[in-house]
Amino acid sequence: MSEVVIFFLMAALALGAALGVVLAKNPVHSALLLVTVLVAIAVLFVVQDAQLLAAVQVIVYAGAIVVLFLFVIMLLGVDEQESLSDPVRIQRPAAILLGVIALAEVLFLTGHHWATGAEKARGALDDGSGGNVERVARSLFTEFLWPFEVTAVLLVAAVIGSVVLARRSNRPTTDDVDESSGEKVSAP
Amino acid sequence: MKLTDTYFLTFAALLFTIGAVGLLVRRNVLVMFMCVELMLNAVNVTFVAFSKTLNDISGQAIVFFVLVVAAAEVAVGLAIIVAIFRRRRSGVTADDIDLLKG
Repeated sequence: MSEVVIFFLMAALALGAALGVVLAKNPVHSALLLVTVLVAIAVLFVVQDAQLLAAVQVIVYAGAIVVLFLFVIMLLGVDEQESLSDPVRIQRPAAILLGVIALAEVLFLTGHHWATGAEKARGALDDGSGGNVERVARSLFTEFLWPFEVTAVLLVAAVIGSVVLARRSNRPTTDDVDESSGEKVSAP
Repeated sequence: MKLTDTYFLTFAALLFTIGAVGLLVRRNVLVMFMCVELMLNAVNVTFVAFSKTLNDISGQAIVFFVLVVAAAEVAVGLAIIVAIFRRRRSGVTADDIDLLKG
């Protein structure tokens, strides 16, 4: 019974905060409401017997990704007012209409148990060999070892890419020449 | 009253829709990124819900890979936003970046 109460509390909190992320004028408020959504989802993970994922959710998402968002918001300044006029005028009503249609479709699907799956294809949630952490770790390092190694490559590529993209070059390089000539071209 | 996976799937559907509509409606690139995070989290909730229903640990393992891809995407995306801001020195909204050039 308490599970149901926790679910409805956290689901309402997450959905309300998610609406706040979309509707907030200030990006800082959006980022802080995003933290609320992520923590509420972490609680839902605990309800679903995914204790390790709940911890990872708080550490990686709320701890790292949102802090990165806040850094960039502070770096760029938040006083920019978002223009409410749209180049394509029909876009906003069309977006909301499409969202309602997509929601109806997905809700229709959730009511039906069409999702089939090979049960216990990769092992049960709890096979009596230790807790959730050990169970996930064994799955990651045996059946998912190759994807796990590939994600290491992906992370290295992302780190190198973001360093190269965000680097400020001090010496005059061809990049700077391109930039100045580009501004000259665009000025008239 | 028992907590079945239908509750979690409905919640995830609502969260995904909020993220998708937000991505289409907002113009601020940072808020659009946050909406992408909302959609990824909704998918994570469905993975964990099916992991519980089917009693299969791989649903939880795959959420890890979603987390890694989300982290990589945020790192590169925010670097691109910073680079664009450095070049343009003006507001970073999706309408300013429509020329596919610096």
